[in-house]
Amino acid sequence: MEFLFAITIGVLVASAVYLMLSNNLLRFIFGLVLISNAANLTIFVAGRLTDGAPPLIPEGADAPLVDVANALPQALVLTAIVIGFGLFAFAIVLVFRAWTTLNSLTPDDMRRAEPEEAHK
Amino acid sequence: MSWLLALPIVIPFITAVLAFLFRVSSWGRWISVAGSSVLLAASIALMNAVLREGVIAGQMGQWPAPFGITLVADLLSAVMVVITAIVAVAVSIYAIADVDEGMERLGYHALFNMLIAGVVGAFATGDLFNLYVWFEVMLIASFGLLVLGGRPEQIDGGVKYVALNLVSTIMFLTGIGLLYGMTGTLNMADLASAVDGADQRLLTVVAVLFMIAFGVKAAVFPLFFWLPASYHTPAFAVSAVFAGLLTKVGVYALLRTFTLIFDHDTAFTHTILLWVAGFTMVVGVLGAAAQSDMRKILSFHIVSQIGYMILGLALLTPLAIVGAVFYLVHHIVVKANLFLIAGVAQRIAGGTELSRIGGLYKSAPLLAVLFVVPAFSLAGFPPLSGFWAKFLLVKAALEIQGWIIAGIALAVGLLTIYSMTKIWAQAFWEPHPDGVEPKLSLLSSRDRAAMLVPIAGLAVLTVIIGVMPEPFVQFAEASAAQLLDPSAYIAAVLGEQP
Repeated sequence: MEFLFAITIGVLVASAVYLMLSNNLLRFIFGLVLISNAANLTIFVAGRLTDGAPPLIPEGADAPLVDVANALPQALVLTAIVIGFGLFAFAIVLVFRAWTTLNSLTPDDMRRAEPEEAHK
Repeated sequence: MSWLLALPIVIPFITAVLAFLFRVSSWGRWISVAGSSVLLAASIALMNAVLREGVIAGQMGQWPAPFGITLVADLLSAVMVVITAIVAVAVSIYAIADVDEGMERLGYHALFNMLIAGVVGAFATGDLFNLYVWFEVMLIASFGLLVLGGRPEQIDGGVKYVALNLVSTIMFLTGIGLLYGMTGTLNMADLASAVDGADQRLLTVVAVLFMIAFGVKAAVFPLFFWLPASYHTPAFAVSAVFAGLLTKVGVYALLRTFTLIFDHDTAFTHTILLWVAGFTMVVGVLGAAAQSDMRKILSFHIVSQIGYMILGLALLTPLAIVGAVFYLVHHIVVKANLFLIAGVAQRIAGGTELSRIGGLYKSAPLLAVLFVVPAFSLAGFPPLSGFWAKFLLVKAALEIQGWIIAGIALAVGLLTIYSMTKIWAQAFWEPHPDGVEPKLSLLSSRDRAAMLVPIAGLAVLTVIIGVMPEPFVQFAEASAAQLLDPSAYIAAVLGEQP
């Protein structure tokens, strides 16, 4: 199972890097979404994949009675997903704004902040 | 004592909420000033407690470490929180004059205080995943501040800033995941010993992931390109607080993790850091020499100065860490101040492009004096704070026969003088090309007070650190001792261990 996850993460990262290097901001954002999901899966796998039960403690007991799944990586991934959602929402709006104000999605054309003839 | 630790994080959060509610009235800016002042008081109280009792740790929600979220303040954390509060006060006063109503309506003060909350949280946390969360709080607030106003340059700079910082964030997250997989803990104090049992080679890989992630935040060579692309575009109050605080959070994170957790293979990791430090210093200062805009010059100088701090970490001798800590504190004060001064120059002389301004020395001698203090301090003139910072680092390098790196540090200091002289000659000395006299009286008396009081305050602080370095160096020594021997830190977090 870990092997399958490792392959998936590898494919995700490879596609992400390809997209991020393709000189188009929108593709860059898509690449970022993919690579962030690869990071989330990494955390998930790092918490060990088990076929344990949900980590619930029955009433009256102090500890789970059977082997349970590790809940912490899931909490971490959930936090990361929520944060990532916010960041990507912002990033997509920013790219849209860049499209409307700068009329380009090609990073090479975006020289407003650093004009090329700056040194005189 | 845990309330004392939580207070500096809670105060800016509350201030942000209040400032957001009052964003359409003029109350927002006063709430921001008041909130920052209360934050300063709280951070001084925290500092007092740390000086009195040593390292303080608090477990949030009473979950014992390493299971819950730990807040912990040693001397380094405490001083960083204090200096953050000082910059917050200075910039929130300055913002009264610099930030217009349009930006206030869009929630400038709320974002600013959110940013401060994120910065303080990053300094105060004792948990890696929690550090990631604080980085994100800081990041999303800084995104907002950077593009507030929406001029094309801001959008352009913002895209680059956002893109590279998001990549660094994902690196950081991956590193956290792998570290958790190897050790089963993310509490920094717990990790200090837990990493001993892990595969050391794999640990080095993770260390390098962290180095890249924090390196992007700290703007070290070759990961700094987002900084000079974006720092000259937003409002001056915004770029001052960015210049003062944001990159230093990255440096702090490097300083913390590479003394506490990743000190297993210093021959490998810290050698990389040494090369990085050298290149960062040189490339930053050469980049600055090629620029002709005041804010762009200052932006490149942030990069070059970060190199000095990384140098302290890379050498990893007690004296070098003392130098790094001293440099960190001195640099925040000086750099924020220089950006604030650039803001005044923009207002009265009509720009920051050096060829289009001038005459500030003759018409605004007070501003000239106030510029000289941080500019000479940055370059390392005695008796200002920058001299002692550079002196400690160069001495540390010479002590371990690092002749080359010491030579680089000195040469970069010289080139820094070149850039500062360029600003001085063109903006202050030469007459204004359009013949206008950039007098301070061009500002309304309210704006003049709001802009010059924080600048003067920070300049006085620079002089005080410079003239009386003894207590500050002693403090940095105590702080470096804690970093190099983290047993007190670990004991405070995990409790006394057999």
